[in-house]
Amino acid sequence: MTGVLVLEQSLNGLQFGLMLFLLAAGLTLVFGIMDMINLAHGSLYMVGAYLIATAAAATDSFWIGLAAGVAGTALLGMLLEVTVLRRLYQRDHLSQVLGTFAILLMANEGVRMLWGAQPIALNPPASLAGPVELLPGFFYPAYRLLIIGVGLGVALLLYVLVTRTRLGMQVRAGASNREMALAMGTNVRRLFTAVFGLGAALCAVAGGMLGPLLAVQVGMGESILILAFVVIVIGGIGSIRGALFGALLVGVVDTAGRTLIPLAFGHWLGPEAASGAGPAVASMLIYLLMAGVLFWKPRGLFPAHG
Amino acid sequence: MTTTTASTPAASPAPRPPAPGLLDHALRLRWAGPVLLALAALPPLAAALGEDFYIGLATRILIFALAATSLNLILGFGGMVSFGHAAFVGTGAYAVGILMQQGVMSAWIAWPAAVLASALFALLVGAISLRTRGVYFIMITLAFAQMLYYLMVSVKAWGGEDGLTLPGRSVLGGGFDLASDTRFYYVVLALFALCFVGIQRLLNARFGHVLQAIRENETRMGAIGFRVYRYQLAAFTLAGAMAGLAGALLANQSSFVSPSLLQWNQSGLLMVMVILGGVGHLWGGFIGAVVFLLLEELLSAYTIHWQFILGALLLLVVLAAPRGLAGLLRRGGGRA
Repeated sequence: MTGVLVLEQSLNGLQFGLMLFLLAAGLTLVFGIMDMINLAHGSLYMVGAYLIATAAAATDSFWIGLAAGVAGTALLGMLLEVTVLRRLYQRDHLSQVLGTFAILLMANEGVRMLWGAQPIALNPPASLAGPVELLPGFFYPAYRLLIIGVGLGVALLLYVLVTRTRLGMQVRAGASNREMALAMGTNVRRLFTAVFGLGAALCAVAGGMLGPLLAVQVGMGESILILAFVVIVIGGIGSIRGALFGALLVGVVDTAGRTLIPLAFGHWLGPEAASGAGPAVASMLIYLLMAGVLFWKPRGLFPAHG
Repeated sequence: MTTTTASTPAASPAPRPPAPGLLDHALRLRWAGPVLLALAALPPLAAALGEDFYIGLATRILIFALAATSLNLILGFGGMVSFGHAAFVGTGAYAVGILMQQGVMSAWIAWPAAVLASALFALLVGAISLRTRGVYFIMITLAFAQMLYYLMVSVKAWGGEDGLTLPGRSVLGGGFDLASDTRFYYVVLALFALCFVGIQRLLNARFGHVLQAIRENETRMGAIGFRVYRYQLAAFTLAGAMAGLAGALLANQSSFVSPSLLQWNQSGLLMVMVILGGVGHLWGGFIGAVVFLLLEELLSAYTIHWQFILGALLLLVVLAAPRGLAGLLRRGGGRA
């Protein structure tokens, strides 16, 4: 029984961690390369989920919806970069906070105008609705397995992109020393727009994959945005490897905490403490984790800057 | 209230002339006087127009102005970008709420207790957070605020997620009943003015000069012998204490305390007010709170989609006024 529970929670943690990674990867690149605090990153996640849900409903296919929504969000992200965000790169962090907060407000309200205030439905593909038997007697939802698969696949693609391609080389150069990358003739404008589009596409993938599990609603981007910031700070800003490691750490700690702490509280302090304090203390865990990491490693676990 | 920098004695031991410098922030009477008069005249005016609603709104704006001004002290003048300021506001509010739950209604006990509780919490948070810099400081202050938020959600005795509904406002005694919105407004106004002038005096004193100099160049200030950490921690604690007072007033105004006061978007809201008004400008917190909350009120009366217009206006301010609204008022002036 406990073995099954641990296995199930580990898979849940892995799944959540991988989705966090998709968000954190874009955020850490934008932060590391353009030195830009982008609070609107969570809005791209929300818009992505809405676009995918709408396209999936229109075409009656989850997969076509996913592809169309991801492409649409990437275009939207690049459009945002070219029209507004580009003007904020040279400004201080506080102006960026205010500017992207303004975009966040407009995105939330824009979505509410177009789709209404009620959460909308995004259904997983019918073929993946049931559970599969992974081990004798151990069932796990097929859709969650798909999320893990997609997360691992995208992480691998990203790894190849960053370490094996010209674009990736420029991205790495930009993250470790921006001025030098500029001096070496990187076409910064195009690079920034491309990175932003990539980040937006990753957001949309996460939004589309998590949509069937969590609700597709206005404001869904905010809470996960804060988690993504926690992830990139733990991992070290600008580092993709750090983002992956931090995301998995946060995903597993958060998921394990939510299951184990109420159990432990119920065991030692009684059911009342378990239902009341358990979930809240579990939510505190990742912030304790971050404070601890910053206390001992003030620049995160994998600092990208030399 | 009537001071100008020229009359401030030179606080620095260096043999510099006492002319107002970049670090001085004069409280110009031609600005402050009319503002204070207008604020004092507001309740009778609102009553005459039969719009008592505006007294409550103005009270709320002043309380947020107090909180934003305290944040501006560390964010604007100290260069410490705290993303957890709502935690101190919330601590003050909860101190009042919990004391009322225990039957302590007196403002003379509850409000100082709120200030003290917030100051102590700020001292603790600052002592740990000030070891980090930059984005890491932003995130670690956020982490402490979130921990307090989840703590308050989990403690059922203090209302948990639902919060505490208070039986009424604190009691000042002497027949001065705060249940009257007008009286409460004047108390809030008096406290805000007191804190505002206090901050203005502090900024023009030696402490304020050192704090701003640390913002400009921390290494140099350390090298010439200032204990950077102590100055920053003192400012952080003071800002926390003042936010606690704002929290105590906020709890009184709405007669309600809940964990949502502590949530990160409240910290973000205070930060947005300061940036909108003017980072490191004496009036930044005040202008930001007034403009933001008034816009919210006006726009929401016209359309349910007011957030969209508010967002567009904020974006316009960012693109057109790099130093916030206060920077527009004094083009070319202000700090470098």
